[in-house]
Formats: sequence, C-alpha cells, structure tokens
Amino acid sequence: MTRRAPALRTTATERAATQTRVRFLAESPWYELFSRGARDWLRHNQKVRHAVRVQIADLFAEGDFITQPKERTVRVPIRLLDHARFRLAEPQKDRGAGQGGAQTGDTLRPAGNLPQDEGAGERGGGNEDGSFSLELELKVDDLIDWLSEELKLPELRPTSGVTIDEPEIIREGSGRRGIRARLDRRLTLKQALKRRAIQTDPSPFVDDDLRFHQLRPRQRQSSNAVVFFVLDVSMSMTAVERKLAKTFFLFALAGLRRQYHRIEVRFVAHTTEAWEFPEREFFEVTGSGGTAASSAFRLTQELLTAHYAAAQYNAYLFYASDGENGIDDRTPARASLRALSERLNYLGYLETRPGTTRFAQTDMRMLIGELIDSGTPAGSQVVADVGDVWQAIRHFFGHEARMHAA
Amino acid sequence: MTTLTGYAARIDDLAHALGMRHHAVDFELVPDRFMMETAVYGLPVRMPHWSFGVRYIRHLVQRNMGHSRIFEVMFPGDPCRAYLVDTNALAENVLVVAHVLGHADFAHRNTLFRRSMAMMGGHILEQAAARAHRIESALAAHGQERVEAVLDAALALEAHIDVNRILHRQSGIAGDQAAATNDDPDPFLERWQELPGEKDLAVSDKPEPRTIPQHPEYDLLWFIASHGPELEGWERDVFLAVREESFYFYPVFACQIMNEGWASYWHARLLREADFLPQDLYVSAIKAHSDVVRPLATGRTLALSINPYHLGFSMWERIVETKGLEAARRICAEEDDFGFVRNHLDEELAERLDLFVYEAAADGSIKVVSRDIHAVREAILAPRFNFGAPRVAAIKLDVDGSLTLGHDSDSDGRGLDLERSERVLDYVAKVWRRPVSLHTVDDRGSRVLSARPN
Repeated sequence: MTRRAPALRTTATERAATQTRVRFLAESPWYELFSRGARDWLRHNQKVRHAVRVQIADLFAEGDFITQPKERTVRVPIRLLDHARFRLAEPQKDRGAGQGGAQTGDTLRPAGNLPQDEGAGERGGGNEDGSFSLELELKVDDLIDWLSEELKLPELRPTSGVTIDEPEIIREGSGRRGIRARLDRRLTLKQALKRRAIQTDPSPFVDDDLRFHQLRPRQRQSSNAVVFFVLDVSMSMTAVERKLAKTFFLFALAGLRRQYHRIEVRFVAHTTEAWEFPEREFFEVTGSGGTAASSAFRLTQELLTAHYAAAQYNAYLFYASDGENGIDDRTPARASLRALSERLNYLGYLETRPGTTRFAQTDMRMLIGELIDSGTPAGSQVVADVGDVWQAIRHFFGHEARMHAA
Repeated sequence: MTTLTGYAARIDDLAHALGMRHHAVDFELVPDRFMMETAVYGLPVRMPHWSFGVRYIRHLVQRNMGHSRIFEVMFPGDPCRAYLVDTNALAENVLVVAHVLGHADFAHRNTLFRRSMAMMGGHILEQAAARAHRIESALAAHGQERVEAVLDAALALEAHIDVNRILHRQSGIAGDQAAATNDDPDPFLERWQELPGEKDLAVSDKPEPRTIPQHPEYDLLWFIASHGPELEGWERDVFLAVREESFYFYPVFACQIMNEGWASYWHARLLREADFLPQDLYVSAIKAHSDVVRPLATGRTLALSINPYHLGFSMWERIVETKGLEAARRICAEEDDFGFVRNHLDEELAERLDLFVYEAAADGSIKVVSRDIHAVREAILAPRFNFGAPRVAAIKLDVDGSLTLGHDSDSDGRGLDLERSERVLDYVAKVWRRPVSLHTVDDRGSRVLSARPN
C-alpha cells in the first residue's frame, strides 16, 4: 500500500486503489438455508434424551404411576448440558471490578438477600449457569410409550382364541333427529345455504336445516389381559430391592399395555402368607418372618379361577423376590408353580440383588429353571441396579416374541 | 447497499489520510442469524459440537428477549473479513464499517496480532472451514460417538495452549527435547540470553532427558496430540485443529479492552471528521455509538461489571489527549490488556470513571472494598489471566502410558472446581485411553483426581 498525502479529495486513480482495500462481497445464498446452531442444538437435545432415558427409572420409582397413568403428568426439569472445562473453585468472596459512584465500605446489597436466580452478568465472574433452564411437562403415558420405543420392545401377540367381542358405539351418517350435543354444524350450514339460495327473503336458519350425527353400535374384537405383580415382602427385602421391583413392574406393564386393549392389574404380596393389595399400599407393605412363595402362587391361582375365565383373558405373572425361599416350602412351591404356569401366557421372575456382582444359585431361581427346562414360557433375570432392569425387560419381552415367532 | 459501499470507500480514504493502515477488508452483508451463529462459533465455519448448540440457544433466547444485538463480527487476516447485518440501518452499518477499520488498523499494528499472523498466515477462515470439512468426513468415517469424544476433550482444553511458544512445534519426543535443549527457541529464554552476561547459561551439557515432559508442559493440546499413546492420525488432527484456532483467538482475547477501545476511538473520530455524511445519518450513527460505548452505570446507578468498549475508549481518548497520537500508536503496537491497564489506567481516569472493587460473599452481601487504583487494575485483569483458564500442566507421562496433570494452585491462588475437573479428566481419559490423574491443592489440602478409560 502506498503512502499518500493527507488529502481528502480523491481522484479517480486513488479510488481504484481504494477498491482493493475495502471490498463488499456478494451475499452467499446458503446462509439462509443452513443453520449450524440448529444442527448442534438438535445434537444436544439428542444427548438430553439419552440422559433422561438413563435417569427416568428413578423418576418413576417415586410416584404411584402404575394403575392410573392416564391424565398424569410429571415435570422434568431439563438442565442444559454443560461442557466441562477446568475452572477455579468458587471463592469464599468473589472479587470483581464495578463502576458507579460508590465509596469504599458501602454495602451494595445486604447479606441474606440472594436473588432468586443469579443471572448472567450479575456477578463479576459472569456465571452463565442458572440463568436458563428448561422444564418439560410430560404425560406419563407418552413417556412410557416413548420408553417402550427406546427399549425396542417387540410386538406381542395374544394367545390365539383369547379374544372377545365387545360392544362399541361409533358415529355414522347424519339425520334430522338427534340431541343438541350431536349437531353437525357443517352439514346444517350447508343445508341452510342451499335453502337460502333458492328462497326470496330467506330466514337465516329454520328447523329443517338442522342435521345431527347418528350413532351405530358395533361389535369390536378385543383382547384382554390380567397381570399379577407378585412381590416378596419378607424381612429380607430392603427398600432398594423394592424400588428395583417397582421399576421393573412399571415397565413390564408398559410393555403389555401396548398390546392389550384392556388390562387388569392385581397386586399380591407375600411372606409366609399372601394378601392382595391396592397399589398404593402394595409398595409400603413390610412383612416379618420367613418366606413361602407357594402361598402367593396359590392365591394367584384362586384369583385367576374366580375372576378370569381362560377363554377371555391372557394372564401374565411377574414375580420379584430376593430368591430366599423357606426350605420346607420347596415342594409346595414347585407344585403350585407348575399348576399355575399352565394357565399363564408368561411367567417372569426377577431376582433383586442390589450391590452384588456375583450371584449364587438360589432356591427360587432353581425352581424357575426347572420350569424353563420343561418348556414352560418363563424367564428369570437377576438385577443389581436400575441398568439391569432394562436388560431384564428386554430379555422377558424378547423371549415372548421368540415364542410367538416359533 | 450502493450508498453503503460509497460511504465505506470514502471513510476508508479518510482513515488512510489520518494515518490508519490495514490489510484489505472484505465486507459481507449477512442475515442476522448467520451473524449470531458466527459470534457463537467464533468463526464463520467451524467444527460441529453440541456445546455450540447450547450457546446458540442461549443467544437465541437472549436475542428474542431483546437483550443482545450483534452489530459486527470481524476476523483479522489478509484480507480481513468483516460481517454486517443486512437488516441493520444504514447509519448503523456506516458506524460498523468505521469500527471495523479501527480493528483492522489495530491488528495491523499490535505485536500479538502480527506474531500470530506471521505464524499462521492470513487465511485462517478458509483453513478453519477446511478443518471443519475434515471433521465432517471423520464423522462419516468413524461415527458420531468417537468424533464427539475427541471434540469433547479437545474443546474442553481449548484454552490450554502455551502462548509463549510457537504454533508449529516439532511433535513427539523430538519436541520435548527441542524444548529442553533450546533447539526449539523459547522466546523468553532467547530474550534472557540476550541480556549481558547470560550467554553462558547453556543447557546443552545436561544429560539426556529421562522424563517426559522435562518441564511442566502447559500446552496440553499439543502434548496430547504428540504423546497420546494410541491416538489415531485423525484424532491428533482434531487436537491440533482446536489448538491452532486457540492461537488465533488468543490476541483477540488478550487485547479485548485495547482493541475495542481503539476501534471505538476511531469510529467516533472518523464519523466526526467525515463531512460527506448527511447530517441525519451522522446523528443516527452517533446514537448507535453511544448505545455501544457507554458506561454501564449512569447517574445514581451502579454496575457490577465494566463495559470494555467504554473503558478502552475512555483510556485511548485520554492517551491521545495527553501524549499524542504517535505515542498512542506505539502503545497500540507494544501492549496487551495487562500492560495497557497497568501502565495507562491512571488514578485520575479511574476516579473520573467511578471504578471500584467489590466483593460478593456467599451470604449474598456485596460490598465495595476498595477504590485503590492497583486493586481496580488487578480486579479488571484477574479474569483475563492465562487465557481465562486455570494453570494446568502435563507433569509426567509414565512408562505404562498413564498421564499425570498438575494444577499450579500457587499462581492461581485457589483450587479447582473438582466436579467439573473430574468430568474434564473423563473426557481426556477417553481419548488418552490410559489412566489420567490431576494433582491440585485447595483449602482442604492436596487432592488427586483420577479417571480411567472405560
């Protein structure tokens, strides 16, 4: 670049030299078509989804979501993921430079007056976090659906023959008679328009214009299922084990619910005796003394025979226990389990062993093993933490699908 | 557009007449959103990473709430690149053109900028775009998980370069030895050896290095790229790509107050002296100027932060007023923010600007603790120390390939945020593929964090 005299008037030759110093480029059209920010934001959201999936079991273990999931919502606070950097620890006192007419010793804000959210830029250090958060309100039902997809549960088919016809009422056609609630506004307006077109001095609406939706009953094929959740509540079952069982039950139900139009859930708890409970109490129950699983199997059998005809209901049983069964109960348990399994579409056994990595053989697992060997549709899984629950669900439902495919 | 081009050319002529010098500047009018993304990514085309998505959404929310508006993004180089928002008013864009010329003049003079350009050339934007493209092909070849793991680690260590060393170091053990034996000149040692009587400080007699690294290595990105036990070629490239971009960002970071102040000084002066601008356009442009270059506290209000535009602008005005333009240009060439604030923010100006130091305690109270000029200077500079990051160095590479990092808590004055540091170690261990540990000290004594590859 040549040095020039400080003259403001420019000549044509100087102008040419200027053009190389400052240029305006033509606009590039792709700027409007592609957003890098949006792409990376979507990737962030994908990671959030993944993180939610890992934690969601914990989220669910808190409430009574099993029997009445419809209409329920949970609020899930989604924190933006933080890409960690090395950073100094928060100091006891944060120093910063400020500006304005204040004197040394002035108190700008008294103690105990922390603002609700410490916004960005408020502190000298510029703490970005906390100024921005998302909260999602999710329908529990949607969430379960979404989770089932995440779990890639296979489609289950009900046992053939176990379907019943169920009356159902549907809308069909229209007519001049009906109740106000079923007024067909669109058709009514159409009628009125046609009439007004041919009349001189027409009134806006007359009774003859009104059209109503008509109803028709029809038979609908439907399949029903009953699920028994059986829980060992003897002394040896700890809170952690219950939580695992509860989580498992929830997702087992979610898997079944997708397949059956109507599903009934029964809760059975047992120690040496067995009782049926409503959901709310089911997970609170603590028994004392020993364990006799046969009591629960007998109670289930009774309930099945009394309320659920084999021709109308698919039956499932999921049993959660720590695997300790009384020695004297071995023979009764084997007998009752065998009798019961003939009536079941599937029997899932979940052994809760939190904190253990090696699993010794237990009585219960041995019994179930015998059943599986004899060709009964059943499965058994040992879980140590929530992560294993997913594995267990996959295993059970994968098994079901294989059975049907065979 | 044509009026803007016309004004830009005449403002540039005026700038030249006033003694401003710069490389060619390519202006481009772009949509608002592109502008915002460029500000978020730091470069017009850069590697993809989810953390940019988070910053993007923050900006988007802030913009929709009307909190922030971006007028200009400028990239020094040869040619310099500057982006203007196509929906901004003509007066605003005229102001921005003048402002950008101020930045271009600054980058042309300042030693840090000149040094960085001498090391990496003037086409950093094209190179960054090419690197982004290579990372896209790595994504296709190795899958999202793997590429993201490398970017997680590399971008987390973004600020951990050694700005006193050169960009293109020899890699591997050769680089360590070169550093130890001075084949690879350390600028500080070079200057040291030029001092009278220091010539004899020879290090070549020392025995062959046995430990890696010989001295604590603060250039973590380089160290990982050249010593990572099982790093693949493309993974090394990612670390070096992030490193090169950090070298590019460093002068902008280290001279923010000077640079923004200089550009503001010049845009104000250029507009004032541009008698060819219509009166109403001048008034609107100066209005935009006062919105950007204003003290955060006015009248009886107080602010707990300082507007760097306003501080730099006020300082340059005073320097030009008291010492003259030539002295100002010399300061512009020689200093970074540390020297600038420590040497040229004097008591009188600090008093006039009402600067103070405050302390915010954990109980929520905020107190003004000092108006002393030294305290004010250090409070302004504290967040700018060491590229804004804690001083973490590679201390030892063991024979089994495990890596030990050390935090220099003495110079930082306090310990690390342990939870975050642990996560950074996790990122690093994943690509280092051997155990990684970090030694630090905090008020509860010495701490060792460690992470293993899973």
